Amino acid sequence: MEEEKEINNRKEDKDSSANEFSQGRRDALKVIATVPVLGAMAYGVYRKKKAENTNRNAAEMFRFGSKVAPYSPTSSGAQVIRVGIIGFGIRGTQLMQGLGFATPEYVENLIEQSRINSANTRYQDFVEQEDLRVEITAVCDIFDTYAEAAVNAGANIHREGVGGTLGSKPRRYRHYKELLAAPDVDAVVIASPDHWHGTMAMDALRAGKHVYLEKPMTWTVPETYELRSLSRSNPHLVFQLGHQNRQIEAYERARQIIEKGLLGRISLIETGTNRNDPNGAWVYPIHKDANPKTIDWKQFEGDPDRIKEYMDYMTSAGLSGYVGPESRDKFSLERFFRWRCWWDYSTGLSGDLLTHEYDAMNQILHLGIPSSASSSGGVYFFKDGRTVPDVLQTVFEFKQRELTMLYSATLASQFSRSRKIMGHDATMEVGNTLTVTVDPRSEQYRTQIEQGVVKPGEPFYTYIPGQSVDAVSTATERYFAERGLLYSFISGKRYNTTFLHLKEWLECIRNGTQPSCSIDQGFEEAITAHMGTRAYLEGRTMYWDKDKEQITRE
Amino acid sequence: MQSICYSKLQLYALFVLRVLIGWYFLYEGLAKVFTPNWSAYGYLIDSKGIFASLFVRLAENPTLLEATNFINIWGLTIVGLLLILGLFSNIGYIGAMIFLLLYYLSHPPLLFAEYILPTEGSYLWVDKNLILLVTVAVLMLFPASRAISFDNLLFRKSK
Repeated sequence: MEEEKEINNRKEDKDSSANEFSQGRRDALKVIATVPVLGAMAYGVYRKKKAENTNRNAAEMFRFGSKVAPYSPTSSGAQVIRVGIIGFGIRGTQLMQGLGFATPEYVENLIEQSRINSANTRYQDFVEQEDLRVEITAVCDIFDTYAEAAVNAGANIHREGVGGTLGSKPRRYRHYKELLAAPDVDAVVIASPDHWHGTMAMDALRAGKHVYLEKPMTWTVPETYELRSLSRSNPHLVFQLGHQNRQIEAYERARQIIEKGLLGRISLIETGTNRNDPNGAWVYPIHKDANPKTIDWKQFEGDPDRIKEYMDYMTSAGLSGYVGPESRDKFSLERFFRWRCWWDYSTGLSGDLLTHEYDAMNQILHLGIPSSASSSGGVYFFKDGRTVPDVLQTVFEFKQRELTMLYSATLASQFSRSRKIMGHDATMEVGNTLTVTVDPRSEQYRTQIEQGVVKPGEPFYTYIPGQSVDAVSTATERYFAERGLLYSFISGKRYNTTFLHLKEWLECIRNGTQPSCSIDQGFEEAITAHMGTRAYLEGRTMYWDKDKEQITRE
Repeated sequence: MQSICYSKLQLYALFVLRVLIGWYFLYEGLAKVFTPNWSAYGYLIDSKGIFASLFVRLAENPTLLEATNFINIWGLTIVGLLLILGLFSNIGYIGAMIFLLLYYLSHPPLLFAEYILPTEGSYLWVDKNLILLVTVAVLMLFPASRAISFDNLLFRKSK
C-alpha cells in the first residue's frame, strides 16, 4: 500500500498547517467523486428507454395477441398410416424424406458429408426428424432404377446408411392402378409428371385412398372440374395439394396485418421467380441406366382421355405449333427426364412456379380466382428445343378486389426480388420474414410521420417467426434473421416445410379434418394457373366467368 | 516500490480514462440488461479464427450459452461499476481485460476473415478491443487514479 500513500502524499497533505476537518472532507470527496457519474448514466439510460418506449407505442399496433399454432409432435401411439408412393423422381424422393424414408445410399452420403464438415447437420436433422407413424407399403415408378430406390428407401425404417438393418420391403407395382388396388394402402403420395396428376388423383379417390397430390393439381382444364366434384363427393377421403409453403408462420402474420388494415388499401401485388441454372430451368440430368427396357414409355405417354382433352384444346385454339414437336409415342430420354420443357406433359412456369407465388398470396389475401389474366414471354434463353417459355410475365386482375397481381419470371437470372404487397399506407415484403415499410404519403400514419416516430421509406416493422421485432429492435437481430441464423436460436429447431405439410395431411387423416390446401384452394389455384397459361398460348386476355365457372375469351 | 510522483494533470487524465472505460463497460452491460432475451448467440456463432470452434460450441450448447449470456450481462455491468467508482479496481481491470481478450480472440481482425456483422472501421490484426485491452493494462500498472476512488478509502483504513 506504500504506493498509494505516495500518490496521495500531495503537497497540501504534507503541510502540517492543514486542519484535520478540511482533509477529511477532501478525502471523502475524492472517494465519492465518481458517484455523480453513475447519476448521469442512470439519467441517460432513463431518457433512452423513454424514447424507445415512445417508438414501441407506435409499434404497438403491430402487436398481435394470437399466436401461430404451436408445434405439436405426433404421439407415439398414433395410428400407423400405410402409404403408397407414386413417382420417385426428384420431388418423390424429397417427399419420402419428409415422411422419414431415404435410401441407405442417400443416408450414407449424409453421414459422409457430416464427417467431412462437422457444421453440416443434415444427417443429424434427418435422423432426429420426428417419426410420423407411417409405413411405406407400396411404391410405383415406371423407371426401374427409381422404383428399386423407392423400395430400398421404404425399407430403410431405421434411417441407416449402407449395410444397416432394413425393415420389410414395400411392394413394387409396375402400374399405378395396381398400387391403387392394393388393400394394404390407406393413402397415396402422388409425385408424377404434371400430365398424370389429375388422373392419378381421381383414380386414387375412386379406389378409396387419401391423396397427397403434388402441385400443380391438373394438366388440363376439364379434369380440374372433374377432380373437384370427385373430391367433394368423397369428403371422408383427405385431399391435400402438395404445397410446401402452407406452413410458413410469416404468412399467417401477414394475413393478420392485412386484416387489421395496417397496409391501407392494397392495389398492387408483385411476385416472381428468378432462377439461373440448368436444374432450375428443368434441364435435369439423364440417368445412365435409362433406356426403353428400363422405362415403361407406354405408361409415361399419359391417360388417353387426358391426351384427348389436351389435343382438343390445342387444336381448337389453333395452338398445334405448341404440341410435340416429337411424336408422343416416340421414346425420348430428354422428354422423360426433362418433361417440364414441353407442353405435352408440362404446365410450364404457371403450373410449376407461379402456383407457389399465387398460393402464398391466396393464403394471405384470400384472392380466389382472378377476373382476368394476360401473359407474355417466350423461349429466350434455353434454346434446347423446348416449347415452354423460360421468361413469363402474367398479370392477374382481381376486379372485385380492385387490385392487380403481377407475376414476373425468368429462368436466366437469379437476381433476388421480394414479394411485395403494396398498400396506400404501407408496403409489406413477404418471405420467411416480413418487412413493413410505411409510405411517405400515408394518411393513416400521417401523425406518426409528423412526430418523427415513423420514418417513412425505412423498414418500420419486421416479423421474424417466433419473435416480434419492430422499429426498435437492433440492426443485429434483423441482420441475423435475414440470413436465417436466428431461426434455430428462437425455436431451437428449424423444420422442413415439406415435412410439416405431409404431417398436416396425416393428422387430418387421423382426425377426419380438412387440411390447409384442400380441393377448394387447389381448384382456385389450378384455374388461375390455367388462365395464365392459356393467355400466354393464345396471346390474349383470358377471363373468368364466375357464374358459369368457366374460362372465357371475353 | 519506488515512489512515483504524478503531476495533477497526469493524475486527472488517468482518472478520466478510468471513468470513461468504466462508463463504456457499464452501458454495454445495462443495454443488455434492458434488452429482453438478449443473447450472445449471433455474435458467438459468427466467430472466426483458431478459437472459432470453441466459441461456436459455447453458442450451441444451451447451458453454456445461458452461462455466457449471464456472465456477459452482469460481468460487463459490474466491471463498469467497479471502474467508475474505483472500487476493487484491480478486480475491475482484470475482469475488463479478460472480456476484451475473449472478444478479440472470438473476432480477430484476420487477413481474410469476414464477419456477418460489419465493423465500424477498418482493421488488420489490431482492432479497438486490443487497444482497449492494452489501455486497461496501462491503467492497472499506473494506478494514479486511485487518488480518487473508493479503494483510497478502503485501503487507507486497512493501513
